[in-house]
Amino acid sequence: MKYFFALLLLFASPVLPQELSPDALVRNITQEVISVVKQDKEIQSGNSRRIAELVDSKVLPHFNFMRMTQLAVAVNWRKATPEQQKLLTQEFRTLLVRTYSSALSMYRDQLIEIKPLRARADDTEVTVRSEVKQRGAQLVTIDYDMEKTTSGWKVFDVKVGGVSLITTYKEEFANQIRESGLDGLIKTLTGKNRQAEGRVRT
Amino acid sequence: MVVAMLALAGCATSGNPRDPLEPINRAVFSFNDGFDNIIAKPLAEGYRNVVPSFARTGATNFFANLEDLWIAINDLIQGKPRAALDDWTRFFLNTTLGVFGLFDIASDLGLEKRNEDFGQTLGRWGVGSGPYLVLPFLGSSTLRDALSRGFVDSKADFVIQHRDVPERNSLFVLRTINLRANLLEASRIVEEAALDKYTFTRDAYLQHRQNLVYDGNPPKDDRASSDAPEDRDAPVAEAPSAVDSVFSGIPETGLPAALAGMTIPPQQR
Repeated sequence: MKYFFALLLLFASPVLPQELSPDALVRNITQEVISVVKQDKEIQSGNSRRIAELVDSKVLPHFNFMRMTQLAVAVNWRKATPEQQKLLTQEFRTLLVRTYSSALSMYRDQLIEIKPLRARADDTEVTVRSEVKQRGAQLVTIDYDMEKTTSGWKVFDVKVGGVSLITTYKEEFANQIRESGLDGLIKTLTGKNRQAEGRVRT
Repeated sequence: MVVAMLALAGCATSGNPRDPLEPINRAVFSFNDGFDNIIAKPLAEGYRNVVPSFARTGATNFFANLEDLWIAINDLIQGKPRAALDDWTRFFLNTTLGVFGLFDIASDLGLEKRNEDFGQTLGRWGVGSGPYLVLPFLGSSTLRDALSRGFVDSKADFVIQHRDVPERNSLFVLRTINLRANLLEASRIVEEAALDKYTFTRDAYLQHRQNLVYDGNPPKDDRASSDAPEDRDAPVAEAPSAVDSVFSGIPETGLPAALAGMTIPPQQR
């Protein structure tokens, strides 16, 4: 019995998820999040604080927002001061989390299938593919680009139906920076986040 | 903030090489957006509030079923006989057991709905997409896709070709409102995510079409798997196949794309 609890403790330890293969990681998180959403009537009715809590605790630790921001800002990243980089990452993260949360609140009875990973064992960057199926609608593919870091596998891009988050924002960011510089982009991002803050307060 | 957004919308020159007609496109885009806000979206919301979910699913399935024959033909022209057979089977099953397509029985049996049209077929055979276009009422397109849609797809469209005019028009309106209703969530997410709705929509559309042309495996992704369809679900780690190396780094032009049409198996199933 003592061993049983020791084993239980081992499996419950927070170190374990980082040892998981990337597809198993995505599968676990998806299952966990979906089971919470399915039970939580408040999340289903769009209680944004509850959703934000869920996303904060279960999903965010597995994203590398710094890398995402860096990729989206592209060549201009090197021109940004550390302070600007910090602000950009922070505001971009807020924007992405809000979008993700609102997508999550629309979850109903879709079936999410994480495909087995096709990669070599020594790969440090992989794509985990998944399919979202719903009755009366065409399936949507969601692909997660992930990288191996010292603290486990982290997502650095998400492609929905082949549309890359990073590629799409790259163009938006480049336009903003061309027109009003890095500070202009930060201002636009902050403004958009403030505007939505009335509805979504974490 | 509103002023900032307006100023943003006013700046039309970003110089994206795939969008040489940006100023005109932006004008049409804001016209469409206005039409959507005043007419299409409210209609779709009303439709969703009034019509029960099973009836909306039935309508979606019915119209989707009519498309499956044309999708099967496109599969064939793209050199994907297996996909063509699947889609023909879909049409047969759903039209008979599924009561004129009201029920999507085929999906329950594992034959997932595909997305094909003549624009994708041309893309598969190496025809570039041409400049990005925003069509009045219809929205995002490209020169290739707009011509395909107008001159080829529409000829194979059972609703547009229906002879009885009042019936045709009612079906057309129902299909359009039902489609818009299905996109209500997606459009809300775009509102939340986009800094500039125009560029966001454009870049998402272009990526999405490219992805459809290559059935989920556009050539830029060097990790994209191009083995036999049966292998896709195999849980083994393996080295890239010879086909992968053919595609890695080759731009979307001429022969490689035509080759892709014959060698890349259907992936989005």
